[in-house]
Amino acid sequence: MIRFNLNTKPVEIDADPNMPLLWALRDVLGMTGTKFGCGMAQCGACTVHLDGQPIRSCVMPLSAIADKDISTIEGLSATGEHPVQQAWLEHNVPQCGYCQSGQIMSAVALLEEHPNPDDETIDSYMQGNICRCGTYPRIKAAIKTAAKNKQTAFDYTLAKEVGGQA
Amino acid sequence: MSARNDIKSVSRRDFLRYTSVAGGALVLGTLLPSITPAWASSTVDDAANTLNLFVSIDNDGTVNIVCHRSEMGQGVRTGIPQIVADELCADWSKVNVVQGLGDEAYGSQNTDGSRSIRRFYTTMREMGATARTMLENAAAQTWGVPVSDVFAENGAVVHKSSGKSLSFGELAQVASQQNVPEVKDLTFKSPKDFKFIGKPVTSVDLPKVLTGDTVFGQDVQLDDMLYASIERCPVVGGTVKAFDKEASRGVANVVDVIEMPEQSFPVLFKNLNGVAVLASNTWSALQGRKALNVTWDLGDNQSHDSDAYLAELEKRIVTKGKSIRSVGDAYKAFDTADTKLDATYTVPYLVHAPMEPPAATAVFKDGHCEVWACTQTPQSTQQNVAGALGIDKSKVKVNVTLLGGGFGRKSKPDFSVEAAVLAQKTGKPVKVVWSREDDIRHGYYHAISAQHFQAGLDEAGKVTSWVQRTAFPSISWTFTGTTDEPQTGELSLGFGDLPFAIENLSCETHKAPAHVRIGWIRSVSNIQHGFAIGSFVDELAAKSSVSPHQMWLNLIGDDRIVDPKTQGFKYENYGESYDNFPIETKRLKNVLNELMAKSGANSPTADNEGWGISVHRSFVSYVAVATKVQVANDKVSVLEMHSVIDAGRVINPDRVKSQQEGAMIFGLSIALMGEVTIKEGAVEQSNYHDYTVLRMHQSPKIVTHIIQSDAAPGGVGEPGVPPVAASVTNAIYQASGKRIRALPVNKVYSV
Repeated sequence: MIRFNLNTKPVEIDADPNMPLLWALRDVLGMTGTKFGCGMAQCGACTVHLDGQPIRSCVMPLSAIADKDISTIEGLSATGEHPVQQAWLEHNVPQCGYCQSGQIMSAVALLEEHPNPDDETIDSYMQGNICRCGTYPRIKAAIKTAAKNKQTAFDYTLAKEVGGQA
Repeated sequence: MSARNDIKSVSRRDFLRYTSVAGGALVLGTLLPSITPAWASSTVDDAANTLNLFVSIDNDGTVNIVCHRSEMGQGVRTGIPQIVADELCADWSKVNVVQGLGDEAYGSQNTDGSRSIRRFYTTMREMGATARTMLENAAAQTWGVPVSDVFAENGAVVHKSSGKSLSFGELAQVASQQNVPEVKDLTFKSPKDFKFIGKPVTSVDLPKVLTGDTVFGQDVQLDDMLYASIERCPVVGGTVKAFDKEASRGVANVVDVIEMPEQSFPVLFKNLNGVAVLASNTWSALQGRKALNVTWDLGDNQSHDSDAYLAELEKRIVTKGKSIRSVGDAYKAFDTADTKLDATYTVPYLVHAPMEPPAATAVFKDGHCEVWACTQTPQSTQQNVAGALGIDKSKVKVNVTLLGGGFGRKSKPDFSVEAAVLAQKTGKPVKVVWSREDDIRHGYYHAISAQHFQAGLDEAGKVTSWVQRTAFPSISWTFTGTTDEPQTGELSLGFGDLPFAIENLSCETHKAPAHVRIGWIRSVSNIQHGFAIGSFVDELAAKSSVSPHQMWLNLIGDDRIVDPKTQGFKYENYGESYDNFPIETKRLKNVLNELMAKSGANSPTADNEGWGISVHRSFVSYVAVATKVQVANDKVSVLEMHSVIDAGRVINPDRVKSQQEGAMIFGLSIALMGEVTIKEGAVEQSNYHDYTVLRMHQSPKIVTHIIQSDAAPGGVGEPGVPPVAASVTNAIYQASGKRIRALPVNKVYSV
């Protein structure tokens, strides 16, 4: 039995400790907001936060997350009020939307680390997240908007805010 | 408006049958309450009043509009309802979009070929106008006034003289009892009165995408469902010799191991030969697959080697081929030309690699099959599943989920066939999950190709002779197993429809047998033809020392309609009538001239920088692209891109813009890095590390210009792609003096 906190709520899973977190989230817990794209940490579609840091859940075995805090797209703000979600809305960013959970989770972590990122910082931080539809220009613009708006909205300590804000 | 007159009153039962808002949603919703399918986010309640196949209105005023086409990021679930709602005079905040099931009642649902809007613009306006007329008639009847005294506006019908009004919800029930008006009696809005058409309406699915509350094909979950992962033969046509069933069964949580039914050519949309491992979760199925240890009889295609094959095509393409369009005597004119130029261009195999690998879920019970799939083509899914199961297609129900990208891959229903076959064999719900490796190695590939061009110019620099040849394995092989040369449909994609004013022209093809499944990828054969023509025009400009812009204008010539049929080519024109959508050189030149005016592509650059341009008509729309690159230290950086699109009237300018942005990036992936190679019949690449696609740090500033037009709507999803590759390599030539004729660019420069 592996225990961890998922979006601030304790969960326990009876599964192979080698199973990547992605499949535990999707197939065991039914949390399909986190997407499968490559299975080898190449595309970023499965990005979640582990103790506030972005990780690729498709290569993170359950054994490595015992007793840790995991945050997923479902924990960000169920009503879409997080400033990153708001900026995504303002720029009408998504096309198909499949990679966007991962893009948003990476962007939230980026802004936590770099509150006012320049183009180069955004490029370098976000290059692990592929979007085949080609929403990169809008993602970049939305990240800048979110950076601008962030002082007036939430603080970015994601794991603490979920639930209460949802 | 069209002469279409088959709008009929459908019963509520029919509306539910075609949309499955009761059936499909309940099946999912009762099993995993956390998942509400986006395509049935608000069910049509018992009080819904059906006005036609596409419109029903609840008593509370909710307007349910069916989107019968598949959403893969192009915004169709917003665009189609925008058209209906505009003619309906609906209140957009009351619109609920309902995803249609696969059903021929809707007409074609095959969401490819950039045709959702251009094929259904008129029909959708008729659907909206029909429903509006019935609501107006209902109000007139209720008030006992002539219908000419009432009008619909913003979700209500208003009585002109008194100003009293009744909401659509209040009128819905009476409206549903009205006679369905004839199309010829309908009235339509004047474009100046459009409220939603032509407006950047926000995508209806956006809120759910932002919170992760979406259901794609990979996300479908049913009670007691098994997850299947299939080991497929690495070579097309190969068969299973043996495998270790017991070892695989021994892996924890593996429930069953099943050999897929053995198939032969043609490949069609049948399952590939292989072995399926079914488990209680995806991870265990993948682990079980590793223990299978399948041995294969690889078959004849194991001798296929893409490098050797391309070398063969390049040898063949410089010889005279089979003429498909000609005028004058291009060879004689070439011999006597003052200046001559020839060049061969190649494009490798490509694969779609949408972010969501294919996935489908199926249940088989009592002779009926229900499928949930990220499909571009629900009716073909119905048909192929029925064929594979040996049942009538009326017994196959296809629910269309959101698609995590499509690009043509998901218009092949092979993955739904796999799920259906396994559901039938196990008697349980089965989801077939394709891994990324499966997606890269078992696709329907964009054909590898070679193009050869030669032209002669007279003393004045006028092009007097033009010979162009193309060779690539045909998509038709996928369906016949025997076709070994390009077909008219493919040659209609930017080759036989060459829009140039040249007195001596010969368009030719060469043989090219197929050895892998060939399919269509966003813009299809326009990819290689747009690259080759766009490059050769640029080479001619350089050779004769005129600007590329001027060379394009010279070649396109006077304002006129180009009709390739007059020169012997049976041009298919994307299935459109030539009267409605002719090749207009004026529009082609216009997008190019707009591009030059707006992009700055005429401006001087630093020595190691350069602009490149290209222009192309495809899917009856016109697109010009300018790209600025820098070449430094053997590395190409794309700095800036501009595109101009003339797609006639646009429904949602923001989604057209986003499609253009996406097309630039898709085109850059093809130009800079796209390449699938095959050794011993098997694809060498496997995932995004070796089949690379553009990432954010490689993505330039992109500016989109949309030509304002009242012309009939053309395609949008694909036409942006074809001019991109040539604009990039032309820019590289300007920046570095190096001409790249074999894609991708990363064979020569790092990117």
